[in-house]
Amino acid sequence: MGIRCTAAVWAAKMTGFFSRLTGRQGVTLAGQVALKICPDLLRELSGQVRKNIFVTCGTNGKTTTNNMLCSALEAEGFKVVCNHTGSNMLNGVAAAFALSAKLNGKLDADYAVIEVDEASTRYVFPAIKPDYMVMTNLFRDQLDRYGEIDITMNILEEMIRKVPKMKLIINADDALSEYLAEDSGNDFVTYGISRQVVKSAANEIREGRFCKKCGERLQYRFYHYSQLGDYSCPGCGFHRPAPDFDAFDVKTGEDIAFSVEGRTFRANYKGFYNVYNILAAYAALRTAGCGADHFQQMLDGYNPENGRMEQFMIGGTKAVLNLAKNPAGFNQNISAVMQDPSPKDIIIVINDNAQDGRDISWLWDVDFDLLGDESIRSITVSGIRCQDMRLRMKYVDIPADLVPDVETAVRRRVKDGVKNLYVLVNYTALFSTRNIMKRLQEEK
Amino acid sequence: MKITIGHLYPDLLNLYGDRGNIQCLMKRCEWRGIEAETIAYELNDRIDFGALDIVLLGGGSDREEMIVCTRLQEIRDDFKRYVENDGVVIAICGGYQLLGHYYRTSEGEMKGLSLVDLTTEQGEGRLINNVVLKSDLFDMPIVGFENHGGRTDIRGNRPLGKVLYGSGNDGKSGFEGVVYRNVIGTYLHGPLLPKNPALADLLIEKALQKKYGSDVRLEALPDKEEQEANRYVYDRFVPH
Repeated sequence: MGIRCTAAVWAAKMTGFFSRLTGRQGVTLAGQVALKICPDLLRELSGQVRKNIFVTCGTNGKTTTNNMLCSALEAEGFKVVCNHTGSNMLNGVAAAFALSAKLNGKLDADYAVIEVDEASTRYVFPAIKPDYMVMTNLFRDQLDRYGEIDITMNILEEMIRKVPKMKLIINADDALSEYLAEDSGNDFVTYGISRQVVKSAANEIREGRFCKKCGERLQYRFYHYSQLGDYSCPGCGFHRPAPDFDAFDVKTGEDIAFSVEGRTFRANYKGFYNVYNILAAYAALRTAGCGADHFQQMLDGYNPENGRMEQFMIGGTKAVLNLAKNPAGFNQNISAVMQDPSPKDIIIVINDNAQDGRDISWLWDVDFDLLGDESIRSITVSGIRCQDMRLRMKYVDIPADLVPDVETAVRRRVKDGVKNLYVLVNYTALFSTRNIMKRLQEEK
Repeated sequence: MKITIGHLYPDLLNLYGDRGNIQCLMKRCEWRGIEAETIAYELNDRIDFGALDIVLLGGGSDREEMIVCTRLQEIRDDFKRYVENDGVVIAICGGYQLLGHYYRTSEGEMKGLSLVDLTTEQGEGRLINNVVLKSDLFDMPIVGFENHGGRTDIRGNRPLGKVLYGSGNDGKSGFEGVVYRNVIGTYLHGPLLPKNPALADLLIEKALQKKYGSDVRLEALPDKEEQEANRYVYDRFVPH
């Protein structure tokens, strides 16, 4: 361990400390400072991880899957480095390692579990050389920033090939991920759900309808949601593989349950998509040779506290905060909300900052008509692009209240609502909304 | 009264919320008691242009546009007849480029439909931005979002509008889009029509006039939400 990197660790810790004092997130800044002092920091620190390094990539579910994998390893008694907050670009990853290191610059960790933004794999993969890569799924997201999904796939494939020993853990139900894995030449295992569980809305936006191998239109036996389902190509024979980790008896509702490898798991979580997140974490654990004996215990105690289906109690109102940042994610969020049959109020917060994608045309690819249900007592639109969101609702004939300021919107519904509130927000609205809800929860 | 909208290849060209344009046209007809139907064509479907009153051609990824481009050559003559016969067309982003003679990139040339005398060449970097235009067609500004690598030269044609904010056709002419007969081509999505109800209504009215006579007029709709959303983008990006 060089003196430079020890200095970098110190600097990161100080930056993190002062940022917290001033109430800012500070994680990415700490990483930036550390890398400036020691550009080789990631290679040096990740080299000290005793067992394996996992990375998690994919459009939706990265943070949940990654954090769950981390908690699962901790439940088995291991020490783990993890970028919990979802800061998944180069600086965020550097900060996770630097802040976990001791003051002598030494890292005491059995595993590292790191989520990586697809575009940042370029910088992160060569430095940390992961042993395993978990892929959640591939959907359209932030077209103004990432470009078309084809571009994201090209970057991922290039980076996967640069780490040929890295084993992939792939969602078999996603034709795009499966193609990527097959084409990369790396070893891979798959997870998936072989039986249809819920009926997918007919008009949902689906990616990759045409075979990546031969260009023929893919045929589907059924869809789970978006393009996830049981596909095969009549042209070249490309098809969904039988998953190595296949989830049976999948139940979704107030909570979720499923069986895999003859073991049944339950989680107090809403949303079908969370079956995939839990399954992916489990598959990663098992693939790395871990028995996962405490996996159910981990699920019982799992409380994400990161704005993914996070619950608050505000003046007698049960309020749930959830991130929804692209059409596939939003559609899944809406069906999760609709699994709660009791009367509810909804607030939707839409921003268009650089990290959200400045282009908000994706709002029109979300099936908001599903919110036209009598259990939904009110819809409030808020955030920078609340005007666009209200207009979007108008074209599915659902009236919405316009309240640009998020805190005012939450206060109003807590005061006059039905005591059951869902707040759906996109990326840059997440931290500020979460802070508001936390503060209101503590208010008398 | 009834109009039929032909949505060309939404399976392939659906990148930037084009579904919203269809929803907008359908709703604005429905709210006025005008019957409206959308036919979504797949790549191998036969298109009877005689049965269509509005044609929507959206944008897709480069790979998908290439697939469409090959197919379009086969229907080119029917499409051309439709256009010259004053059929209404709204072409967006990739669809706009396909209206012209070609789209030339570093990797080769995509042959267009030559429905409108325009050409597109790939430029350095993509033009990605919010956009505000002032059009001669109506008072309300046109607002949207652009994301294109191509630079389009509309030659002697009339542009859709003057750029008040954003890049437009080529980032330097100061104009955006094209208007030729009843064809409108533009890089603007967002999607285009919901925040620009005057443009949506123009398309519907032209389609109805062609079918039912030039004295057809659309009744006004209460457009508070549309106007405020349009106004928001205008106020935020246009200095005044």
